[in-house]
Amino acid sequence: MAKIDPKPIEELSYEQAYAELETVVAALESGEQPLETALSLFERGQLLTKHCADLLDKAELKVRQLSGETLQPFEENE
Amino acid sequence: MLCLVFRSIVAEIPDGKRPDPNQDFSRVLKFLQLLVDIPLVVDYSLGMEQMALFDPSPRWTVTTLTRHLRELLEEDDSLQGIWVQGEISNLSRPASGHVYFTLKDAGASLRCVMWRSDAARQRFVPQDGAAVEAHGSISIYEAGGQYQLYADLLRPLGEGTLYQEFLRLKALLEAEGLFDSGRKRPIPELPRRIGIVTSASGAALRDMLNTLRRRLPLAEAVLAPTPVQGDEAPPAIVAAFQALNRVAAPDVILLARGGGSIEDLWAFNDERVVRAVAASTAPVISGVGHETDFTLADFAADLRAPTPTAAAELATPITVLDLKAKLTEIGRVLTSEATAILQRQREASAWLESRLQTFSPARRLQTERQRLDELSRRGSAAQAYRLELAAEKLRGMESRLAALSPLAVLRRGYSVVTKNKVVVSSKAQVADGDALAVRVRDGEFEARVTGNG
Repeated sequence: MAKIDPKPIEELSYEQAYAELETVVAALESGEQPLETALSLFERGQLLTKHCADLLDKAELKVRQLSGETLQPFEENE
Repeated sequence: MLCLVFRSIVAEIPDGKRPDPNQDFSRVLKFLQLLVDIPLVVDYSLGMEQMALFDPSPRWTVTTLTRHLRELLEEDDSLQGIWVQGEISNLSRPASGHVYFTLKDAGASLRCVMWRSDAARQRFVPQDGAAVEAHGSISIYEAGGQYQLYADLLRPLGEGTLYQEFLRLKALLEAEGLFDSGRKRPIPELPRRIGIVTSASGAALRDMLNTLRRRLPLAEAVLAPTPVQGDEAPPAIVAAFQALNRVAAPDVILLARGGGSIEDLWAFNDERVVRAVAASTAPVISGVGHETDFTLADFAADLRAPTPTAAAELATPITVLDLKAKLTEIGRVLTSEATAILQRQREASAWLESRLQTFSPARRLQTERQRLDELSRRGSAAQAYRLELAAEKLRGMESRLAALSPLAVLRRGYSVVTKNKVVVSSKAQVADGDALAVRVRDGEFEARVTGNG
């Protein structure tokens, strides 16, 4: 049975959310879930899908610069 | 030209003290004399006999001689496909597109021509005064009577040396296996962190960031700024690779620089840089110069891109648009799977319910009750009738029995009187003094008749 990550969805990165979404779909596709589990998987899946879509819509390339041993924000001079 | 003619002819004399007259030489001298119509002073110290000045049949025409000379030059392999070093002067580019110039050094000059088709392929634009190396073949322009270099390639002076060094190092590193295809690591499809080794101020960086922004804004770019040309570039690039891998641990690294001359790109042929590329923890995509530029760093990289922009594209094989499409698709699968599960459950429970109805104990009870009723209706009716009949008979017998029993009367206090075993039921039967037997509830006693008179 697919394990549902207890982590709040808002804290998941795109990769984490997407990977879990894939697990959820695979679990649903196996058809071996009790109805109640299947329904909560579905709900979780919907939330994950929305979270992923939000992340894609809002994504802005972060640019940082290596400075010595640390990463600093990179100021682009256009 | 005269000078050349003399040189090439004299060169054919193996020994200056050769006793026989050199026929060719004398003929040429004669031809030259006719040609220029001036007396020639011939040095007889070469050991020739007197010239036949009035030989009536000249062997050469200008054309045949020039053609012969041209053939002599063209047959000489040491004059074909050669590199000549010198300084450009008298450069001209007429409308024909061909390029004419003179190569010269302190001691001599050489006329050169480059045909339009070759000129169009040159990366290097020659200018007067430039020190260059020209590649081509020596031949003669017959109509002008000029020997010249037919150049097909021009490069700045020193580039040849660089190229030799390039080939030497390439062979060395190749032999070491640094460029083996087996060493190439796969490029991640969806990098989270993309390292960039390039100049912080170059157009290459701007192009790459714009490309990444457009294709995969989900990612993070980490720049390791470094000079990309000059003597300080190679050690700085090596340090950038090491720091980037150690501090940022990117999923992939872009090594890039905009286009430039071979000297400008030279840092990317530096052995230290090439080794740093091969040693990088993260896979490396190189995008150095233009489409046609190949550097040793390109060979060592896991993937070579023709330009910095192309490198950023190759680093992001999956774009945000692909992700959105995939997400829509997986959302659709999710919904259809959930719908299917509900539908299956609904069907399963409907089926169960129908089975439950079929095999329900309530239904059996109902059935049994019905059977019982049926039986009662059929069997018990007859039975009851018989019982009823029997009971009725019994009740009749009982009442008759009860009515007939003398004991019942005696119990009520009546007596039965007999005389000689005959029941006395009339006054006339007895007379005074007769002995009678009286029967009561619990026995018999004797009695005597009195008062019957």
